[in-house]
Amino acid sequence: MTDLPTDLTRATAADLAGALASKTISSVEVTQAHLDRIAAVDGQVHSYLHVDGEGALAQARAVDARRQSGESLGALAGVPIAVKDVMTTKGLPTTCGSKILEGWIPPYDATVVTKLREAGLPILGKTNMDEFAMGSSTEHSAYGPSHNPWDLDRIPGGSGGGSSSVLASFQAPLATGTDTGGSIRQPAAVTATVGTKPTYGGVSRYGLVALASSLDQAGPCGRTVLDTALLHAVMGGHDPMDSTSIDAPVPPVVEAARAADVRGMRIGVVKELGGEGYQPGVRARFDESVALLEELGAEVVEVSCPNFEYALAAYYLILPSEASSNLAKFDAMRYGLRVLPEGVDAPSAEQVMAATRDAGFGPEVKRRIILGTYALSSGYYDAYYGSAQKVRALIAQDFAAAYARVDVLVSPTAPTTAFKLGDKLEDPMAMYLNDIATIPANLAGVPGMSIPSGLADEDGLPAGIQILAPATKDERLYSVGAALEAALVDRWGGPILDRAPELGGAAAAKGA
Amino acid sequence: MSTVTADAVMDYDEAMTKFDPVMGLEVHVELHTATKMFCGCPTEFGAAPNSQVCPVCLGLPGALPVVNEKAVESAIRIGLALNCEIAQWCRFARKNYFYPDMPKNFQTSQYDEPIAFEGYLDVELEDGSTYRVEIERAHMEEDTGKSLHIGGATGRIHGADHSLVDYNRAGIPLIEIVTKPMVGAGERAPEVAKAYVSALRDLLRALDVSDVKMEQGSMRCDANVSLRPRVGEPTSEEQLAVPLGTRTETKNVNSLRSVERAVRYEISRHAAILDGGGTILQETRHWHEDTGITTSGRVKSDAEDYRYFPEPDLVPVAPTRETVETLRGTLPEPPGLRRKRLQSDWGYSDLEMRDVLNAGAVELIEETVAAGASAAAAKKWWLGEPSRRANAEGQDIVTYAAGLGLTPAHIAELDGLVAAGRLNDSMARQVLDGVLGGEGTPTAVADARGLELVQDDGALEAAVDKVIAANPDVADKIRDGKVAAAGALIGQVMKEMKGQADAGKARELILAKLQ
Repeated sequence: MTDLPTDLTRATAADLAGALASKTISSVEVTQAHLDRIAAVDGQVHSYLHVDGEGALAQARAVDARRQSGESLGALAGVPIAVKDVMTTKGLPTTCGSKILEGWIPPYDATVVTKLREAGLPILGKTNMDEFAMGSSTEHSAYGPSHNPWDLDRIPGGSGGGSSSVLASFQAPLATGTDTGGSIRQPAAVTATVGTKPTYGGVSRYGLVALASSLDQAGPCGRTVLDTALLHAVMGGHDPMDSTSIDAPVPPVVEAARAADVRGMRIGVVKELGGEGYQPGVRARFDESVALLEELGAEVVEVSCPNFEYALAAYYLILPSEASSNLAKFDAMRYGLRVLPEGVDAPSAEQVMAATRDAGFGPEVKRRIILGTYALSSGYYDAYYGSAQKVRALIAQDFAAAYARVDVLVSPTAPTTAFKLGDKLEDPMAMYLNDIATIPANLAGVPGMSIPSGLADEDGLPAGIQILAPATKDERLYSVGAALEAALVDRWGGPILDRAPELGGAAAAKGA
Repeated sequence: MSTVTADAVMDYDEAMTKFDPVMGLEVHVELHTATKMFCGCPTEFGAAPNSQVCPVCLGLPGALPVVNEKAVESAIRIGLALNCEIAQWCRFARKNYFYPDMPKNFQTSQYDEPIAFEGYLDVELEDGSTYRVEIERAHMEEDTGKSLHIGGATGRIHGADHSLVDYNRAGIPLIEIVTKPMVGAGERAPEVAKAYVSALRDLLRALDVSDVKMEQGSMRCDANVSLRPRVGEPTSEEQLAVPLGTRTETKNVNSLRSVERAVRYEISRHAAILDGGGTILQETRHWHEDTGITTSGRVKSDAEDYRYFPEPDLVPVAPTRETVETLRGTLPEPPGLRRKRLQSDWGYSDLEMRDVLNAGAVELIEETVAAGASAAAAKKWWLGEPSRRANAEGQDIVTYAAGLGLTPAHIAELDGLVAAGRLNDSMARQVLDGVLGGEGTPTAVADARGLELVQDDGALEAAVDKVIAANPDVADKIRDGKVAAAGALIGQVMKEMKGQADAGKARELILAKLQ
């Protein structure tokens, strides 16, 4: 086991877990160190929507006590974690970055949160996100954007920019995410962190406030592939409360991450992902990574997935359609915001619903509700929703054909490095294009991961490489990811996040 | 608030000379599974408001549905009993619309892929003939919550000061059974409608899938009615070829009698409009039990768009052939065949059997006979006072008896007391009165009220002697062979005995002494 750094927030989750298991440190110490870090830097980064210091310390004390009593604990017991605000947490606010849920305290825990609690991970707080996970920058959060620790004027990705920036600014060693079209992977790419979207059904959706039910998938976020695998193992597994949950054990992700072996694997480079529209520096780091994989003993071939071209269009019909229905429940009748219409005496339930939804939803949410309502309307259903489902089947066929030839596919995770806050806010299409490489995996339900591939030459900002595997073969992501990570870190001479600017002091002034 | 005004109606018989009625019935049945359609909440009726709810049936953010396997089994059994095809693969769909008592603002239902389709139910009419009701589909869905509108005159949402919502009912499994257009019934359309709902109720009860209590809403009927010009006999080819008229849908017609009345009323109302050159508005109508009329609800138009799409939170329902065949093996004897068998076992005439059926007392009598009573006695007691009182209360006999704790075992016990000679008929009626009044079992009531035939022949003989002595003229008539005159003496003997004598025995004694 490596020696822990003096600053516990710089340690990996795996190292913290080892030190906790050997009682070298306590969970209270680790948790307090992170709470101190949050107090010091979150004013600049704005990763958290809610910090639960007392709750986290209470959980830390409890897990320390269990360890002292000799109880056998899970691998990550005592390692604190940040939870994306899309997951319900009993007794803790859950807003999904929306005004319409301001003040709502869920009476129940998401299954993922239950698993975290049972595994003894103190929950530091809830992380920022684009409203109802609609966006690629966190700029659509009703509570203001999070900032990229690499450059506070830039976006940390989205929707899970709270979780990615938490990791990149060392405000938690682990975080949870959800990925409907890239919300775990794209934020990981632009912050030089790691994130996995498991196979659809691999992690329970119970308690995840739904964006698009057939696309949503919760997953782990970390700073290393092994940390991410350890969290994946905690979050995953069958849940009888989720009909779409896979009734099978979690794939051997931790073993794969530890073995870090790609020898003999066939890796396909997706021809359609990486050409026009991809930043040269992103492309260069990707090509280097592919060459490294070849050096490590993998066989690399080019693979064509011709229908990926239609993925974005299909996605922006299926997602809004499901979202328009999923978001109908926010009607001011039972929980959350309630706004009375102005100038109306004794308003009807319908008028209160309308006024609340008008005041409570942001413009991007409204845009997608309108799109989805239109796409599902009688007379348009076949042309829009129906056609999109056909494209979806074709994309699944592309994947099936590809996986008949190769074990995994790779591409750049996002076409560009982090853009400046405000740059794409007025241009939804430009924003949507960020997810062009990540969306096909959601449409087909296959697992995907993003790991850092290096810094782009032109702007010195992080780029990511995406690894995709066949459904239920999540462990392959970790085999490839861990092998490549080891080779890259070796080349860099240390973790990439060591190159990120220090926050605080001069940076504080910049970020303010 | 809406003003309730009765529309013009045409005399029913006249309407029938001009128009041919077509009906379509949609029946919603709440399954009596222990838990709800998509969560583990209990389904008991009458619990404190919002005491049987959880994140799933309250539609809280993040909650997800899981299909109740028992409800699917019930749906398949209903489908099979209605002679339907069972889908090998079908999905749930979301029916999207906003309403405060619907927690998710969409109802999880089935749309173009029902679990059961293309079936029929043969219905027996009063005259013994059979009408085949074609079933279009039976599909699964969840119930909504229940709104209570406070203030305002109508009890409807418009005009109310505020509303209360009870979500206990939200998520209770429902099966919606939809008929194809019911044609060819002619003037018997109202009777056919009632007979169909009644037969369906019997079938569902026999399947033991629902409480089928219309008064509690566990079985609810929407009646679609349309008229087309009368061009021939109802079942004639030329009549069946006439295109269907515009229909109205009368919602929540919640008793058998109302089904018949509402259909009849709508036929007369449509007839008056059409005969006057008017057109029927496609709309929903509210049924008013008290006044026996319908009033306009909301206008249904093509603009109503539920934006159905397959429910992405649920996996498809795909029962195997083996499962379906296993469930087919659990179907009860069809109620029609069962009725014929019981009638023959019990030796009832057609008329007697119909009385029993109309009273809804078949099961009660069956259990009473099983408990040891004769079929004749079981019918006599159940169709007597208990039936009369149930009618007066507007309840069916089963519900009424259950409410009072009157059981088939009680009736069998009562019959036993009569058969054993402990009670005479009038005493037995008094005992039943006591049982209905909650005084206990028949034996306990008889004991408590001191009801018992006097078995002491000495006392009876003394009374007979006393009455004969007091009525020498009557006695002479009997001596002259006018046996019928004995009746007057028997009455007096019974009076002497304070009713606690066996009238038959008194008669024997009188005749023996005077002949």
